[in-house]
Amino acid sequence: MLKDITLGQYFPGNSPVHRLDPRTKLIMLVVYIVALFCADGWIAYGIMFAFLAMTIAVSQIPVKAIVRGMKPLVFILIFTGILNLFFTAGETVLVSFWVITITLEGLVRAIFMVVRILLLISATFLLTYTTSPIALTDGLESLLGPLKKLRLPVHELSMMMCIALRFIPTLIEETDKIMSAQKARGADFESGNLMQRVKALVPILVPLFISAFRRADELATAMECRCYQGGDGRTKMKLLRYKLRDFKAFGIGVALLAAVFTLKSFGL
Amino acid sequence: MSTAIQVEHLNYSYPGVDNTPGVAVFTDLSLQIEEGTFVAVLGSNGCGKSTLAKHFNSILLPCGGKVYVCGMDSANEDKLIAIRRSVGMVFQNPDNQIVANVVEEDVAFGPENLGVASPVIRQRVDAALKQVGMYAYREHAPHLLSGGQKQRIAIAGVIAMEPKCIVLDEPTAMLDPRGRKEVMDTIRNLNRDKKITVVLITHHMDEAAQAQRVIVLNKGQVALDGDPRSVFAQVDVLHEIGLAAPDTVELCWELNKNGFDLPLERLNAEECAQTLYELLCK
Repeated sequence: MLKDITLGQYFPGNSPVHRLDPRTKLIMLVVYIVALFCADGWIAYGIMFAFLAMTIAVSQIPVKAIVRGMKPLVFILIFTGILNLFFTAGETVLVSFWVITITLEGLVRAIFMVVRILLLISATFLLTYTTSPIALTDGLESLLGPLKKLRLPVHELSMMMCIALRFIPTLIEETDKIMSAQKARGADFESGNLMQRVKALVPILVPLFISAFRRADELATAMECRCYQGGDGRTKMKLLRYKLRDFKAFGIGVALLAAVFTLKSFGL
Repeated sequence: MSTAIQVEHLNYSYPGVDNTPGVAVFTDLSLQIEEGTFVAVLGSNGCGKSTLAKHFNSILLPCGGKVYVCGMDSANEDKLIAIRRSVGMVFQNPDNQIVANVVEEDVAFGPENLGVASPVIRQRVDAALKQVGMYAYREHAPHLLSGGQKQRIAIAGVIAMEPKCIVLDEPTAMLDPRGRKEVMDTIRNLNRDKKITVVLITHHMDEAAQAQRVIVLNKGQVALDGDPRSVFAQVDVLHEIGLAAPDTVELCWELNKNGFDLPLERLNAEECAQTLYELLCK
């Protein structure tokens, strides 16, 4: 049952979106989010939606996968929607009874906020769905490279991310094993109230942590044996290079920003 | 033939916890391993096999005496990287030595650390993966592979650094028989084709029998040292240490106890069967 958890869900593929440099995709995501927060009005949101829909279509990622990813967020979406709906001051009152007043402005704002969050999450999903975790870490390391001058441990961070991603399935498998072992000794994880269930997790967590520390120790030795000495003087097998399609993507990004800002300045 | 690893009067004890005296592992151990040989190290649990292996690439440093790796003193910090690139290590648990979540990225980890140029890394990675027969799996995720396959990836990761010597610390202990065979075949091929010195630490007598030389450790001392036939023929000494000879030798030895006079040099089933057949025909 734990094996069903998928992290860094990556849909391998060969679409133009997949083939983009991971750095390009990261930058484009930032551009998109900036544009999204600057967007104001129906036309701007229309453009943002159309852009995302087109990108999803090109990437050949099933829309179902993106919708499925939204499920855990339903609560936040409803919450944001309701807050904006009830607590936005405005002149055109649509409904008013007792202490609740719904204004036209509130309704519009609630719709915009919900759509904004939906678009933001979908865009982020699109990035992780079309980029392998390792490409993503490489991209991040390369983009954050200049921060090394400020003594930020950029290489170490990306190495940690890479190792964490590598060990997630191993540790999940281990948790499964420990759970079975404890169940075989009569542990009960499925009944009782919340406190009892939390307490039942202790006999899983303790061995899991001990084994994780042992693993970490062995991994550190193995890495030392393979001459790991930090990021200095390290080379990469796969070099990241911007290609023509990356510049095309940047062009589209600039156009998107320009469109949103122009619309904003005209107050549309 | 020159010496790959030379151990001179090695003295090592694990530091004690909270002022308790440490546990002495080696008091005065000397041995040499020649370049290009396939050496198996045997011994019962806690006799210092793994500790010895960790001295071969400066993971542990001697408390007394010297360890020379390809002529370099293992205690010399300036040579640390040079030593570790000459002696590759493969450990028991394949899961805990794979760093990346794509096979080829993991094999590239060593050369990347050494600062090898990108196109050269690509060549080395491909060559190493072909050598261990895992080229077809280069884009797979390691956690989906079998134990034997993972261990071969770990070996490929070491070969990609082009070491002169590979030390394997019980690489087959966690594998099923099929995985064991895959790994043993790979190790033998490496020694034969690439002339890499192999030091195999193992619990399995049949694996040790495939080596050119067997060293048996007991209580931090070399108890037996020689080619497999001569070492395994000393069944009494092995039993005293708590080890057993390969099954075929044990069989002949048991028969000898009952009045037969069989040679104790039959290391594989084929040879043993032939000897028994000749005995029965007499």
